[in-house]
Amino acid sequence: MEFLLALLFGVLLSAAIYLLMARSLARSILGLLLLGNAANIAIIASGRVLGWAPPLVAPGANALVADASNPLPQALVLTAIVISFGLTAYVMVLSWAVWRGKGTVDTEALRVAEPRGLPAADPRDAAEAETLAADLLPTRTGAR
Amino acid sequence: MNWILALIPCLALLAVPAVALGLRARPALAPALALLPATLFGLILLLPLGATFRVDWLSSFGIGFAFRLDGLSQLMALLITGIGTGIFLFSGSYMTSYPKQHRFMAVLTLFMAAMLGAVLADDLIVLFIFWELTSLASFMLIGFEAHKPAARRAAQQGLLVTVSGGLAMLAGILLLGTAAGTFTISEILANRAVLATHAFTPWIIVLVAMGCFAKSAQWPLHMWLPNAMAAPTPVSAYLHSATMVKLGVYLLARLNPAFQEWALWQGLLTGAGTLTMLTGAILALRERDLKRKLAWSTVVALGTLVTLIGLEEPLAATAAVVFLLVHALYKASLFLVAGILDKKAGTRDALMLRGLGRHMPLTAIAALLAALSMAGAPGFIGYMAKDLLFTVQLGVPGLLPVVALLVNAAMVVVAGVVAVRPFFGKPMEMEREAKDPGFTMLAAPLTLAILGLVFGLAPALISVNLVEPAAAAILGEPTGIALGDKQATEIVYYLSLVVLVLGVIAFLAWTRLQPRLAAQTWLDDYGPDAAYGSLLRSVSLISGAVTRRVQTGSLRFYIGATVVLMFGGTLVLLVAGGGLGLPSADPLPLPHQAVLVGLVIAGAVAACRLQMLFAQVMAAAVVGFGVGILFLTLGAADLAFTQFTVETIAIVLLVAILARLPFRELDARRREEHRRDGAIAIGAGVVGFLTLLAVLSVPFDTQMPDWMGAAAWPEAKGRNVVNVILVDFRALDTLGEIAVLLIAALAATVLLRRARGK
Repeated sequence: MEFLLALLFGVLLSAAIYLLMARSLARSILGLLLLGNAANIAIIASGRVLGWAPPLVAPGANALVADASNPLPQALVLTAIVISFGLTAYVMVLSWAVWRGKGTVDTEALRVAEPRGLPAADPRDAAEAETLAADLLPTRTGAR
Repeated sequence: MNWILALIPCLALLAVPAVALGLRARPALAPALALLPATLFGLILLLPLGATFRVDWLSSFGIGFAFRLDGLSQLMALLITGIGTGIFLFSGSYMTSYPKQHRFMAVLTLFMAAMLGAVLADDLIVLFIFWELTSLASFMLIGFEAHKPAARRAAQQGLLVTVSGGLAMLAGILLLGTAAGTFTISEILANRAVLATHAFTPWIIVLVAMGCFAKSAQWPLHMWLPNAMAAPTPVSAYLHSATMVKLGVYLLARLNPAFQEWALWQGLLTGAGTLTMLTGAILALRERDLKRKLAWSTVVALGTLVTLIGLEEPLAATAAVVFLLVHALYKASLFLVAGILDKKAGTRDALMLRGLGRHMPLTAIAALLAALSMAGAPGFIGYMAKDLLFTVQLGVPGLLPVVALLVNAAMVVVAGVVAVRPFFGKPMEMEREAKDPGFTMLAAPLTLAILGLVFGLAPALISVNLVEPAAAAILGEPTGIALGDKQATEIVYYLSLVVLVLGVIAFLAWTRLQPRLAAQTWLDDYGPDAAYGSLLRSVSLISGAVTRRVQTGSLRFYIGATVVLMFGGTLVLLVAGGGLGLPSADPLPLPHQAVLVGLVIAGAVAACRLQMLFAQVMAAAVVGFGVGILFLTLGAADLAFTQFTVETIAIVLLVAILARLPFRELDARRREEHRRDGAIAIGAGVVGFLTLLAVLSVPFDTQMPDWMGAAAWPEAKGRNVVNVILVDFRALDTLGEIAVLLIAALAATVLLRRARGK
């Protein structure tokens, strides 16, 4: 079973990354959803499959039965599910706000913070920087 | 009584905000600020030599606010406050036409405080802090006229050079403190025998020397000093006569007793000093601008001082002290004269300034007296300095005597060009007749120049009280030399005459000499200043190129690069560490579990392969619910229910939001992009799979689940162990989770409001 879970993790991870790298934010959200699931599977798997029974202490008993599953990764994953939902919900709203504000959800077109071609490699701009630097050099003693 | 010692830098520091606020309200009070350095000057005179003061600071490292007044720090502190008095008085009038005069005076005060702290400190770390504070304050002073590009460049250059030197020095100081076992300077010097054999000592020497060379403008780091002439004149006069640039010299002198036996120390100091002298002399002859000319001669003086410290004999120490004093007096005076000429005659071009003597007799007197001291005319203290210098320098084998002769002749020329030529000859044409400035501007240059004569005529005034204690501090023992005694032999006497004659001849020929030297543009093109410029330019070019490659602005690229690096790195570690493996005790899956896993995998593949966005959403939902059911079969009922709830809400939300987005658009990736992304994704998935397998191959320690299972009921009174963990054992995690949700909800609300408002 652990082997199968590891396989499932690998597949979900692949799918998540593939969708995350899509150019549209809508598909990236799906990638995020899958990524959360992949992570949860990994946590459950690394807590091992100790048994199939839910970790409940039977009435009258003081401790778990021997074939109970590991409760600790379950608690961690419970937290993780909720948090990844919070994250996904926020990203959904963010994407919608981007769409309202910029009229596109294509990540290649969203370049407000990092405009294309900056810092400039354009030779014209480089020449401009050169003249600026030349101005900054101290005046030549002889040329004055 | 000794607390006064600590009071001196503190008083100056505390005065900074008062100066800024007070002068903003009452700018006319600026000249009165000279009372501050004058008071400090008096306080220093009150203190006995050898006074110490210490407050522990980082006592576990042996670092404390330790201050100590010995001969060397007394000389420096007196110069800083004494010349400071003159400079403050001068700036009070000189800077009235500048906006933000109050800020200027406040930074000048800060600078003085930092200098005083640095020369009085008896703790290397405290000294370093004040040292860097002088760099910062000088940055603000040099760049005071920030609207001028040259001032900005000079300020940045000064800061970069001195602070990078400072970093080297910090490393040296830390090594020195480790090697000596203490950061207290006086203790280090007292136990210098430890350093004589320590393995760190060569490193310490090189690192400390780098810091001092950067600060004191030694070759090839000298370029920042002349460029710093972009500062207002009082700054040049203060920083480059008595203070900033002398700080490096001061520290070299201070640590000299510890290292003077080392050939490395002697070689570094005399080598750099001699090169600096020579470079400065040539470039001083070449320069036309009065201030820059003086700056180059300051470079010469600094080279001379460093050389003298590197020469280990009693006479060299005395020579260094006398020359330090002489240079401070005449250089401050000449800089201020240059400032007066700039203001009154409207130019600093040495070739244009002529015949001003009859209009400005008092300025001319100050300039002449200072120049005579600089040239080493008999009767002036400069003569004594030159006498000592020659005696020491001519006694050294090698090139130094020749360099010294040439350099000193060049200094005669500079003295003549700066202080004689402008005042004689055919009067220059001026729009408005130049006049002597008022008392506040004349007081400092005149007093300092006259002092050069007074000390020359009556050396006893300073010999025992000032020069000898300082020289003894440099040497580490008394020198046994009295100032005013004739040191020079016959040959030295004649040589100094030769230098004088040579200098006068060169001065007379200077107007013809200068254009030839100026025509040698290779001195600029291949000098360290050009190197500095191209270094800065290449740094920005390289960082631009790197930024364009790494910071592409493409989210796809960022994710891809992150994934490749992360999983590629993991793969390397996994294979290199031999971590590949299979789960050891793996229970066989039940049939329905295998089917479920297959279903989820199919959902994930479909989410990638389907074209329509809503079909992809449904495929993702299959994955989500499939995983939920899988949890159920693994005995994780709570998880399953949470997953169902969350997945339902997420899908509903997603559909609601996606309906407002352009959901009909297909995946816009090109074919090759699909392939590349797919390869990256599959690669990452394989690495993830292998990594998880490797994790599972490690035997499992069941201590934690066992303890939780056993403690849940007896200790926490809960039968659902998962719930007990969430609300009891790891309740803080749950609190954190709630906080995260809250933040996400708040942020989403704000976004929704803003987006709707548009």
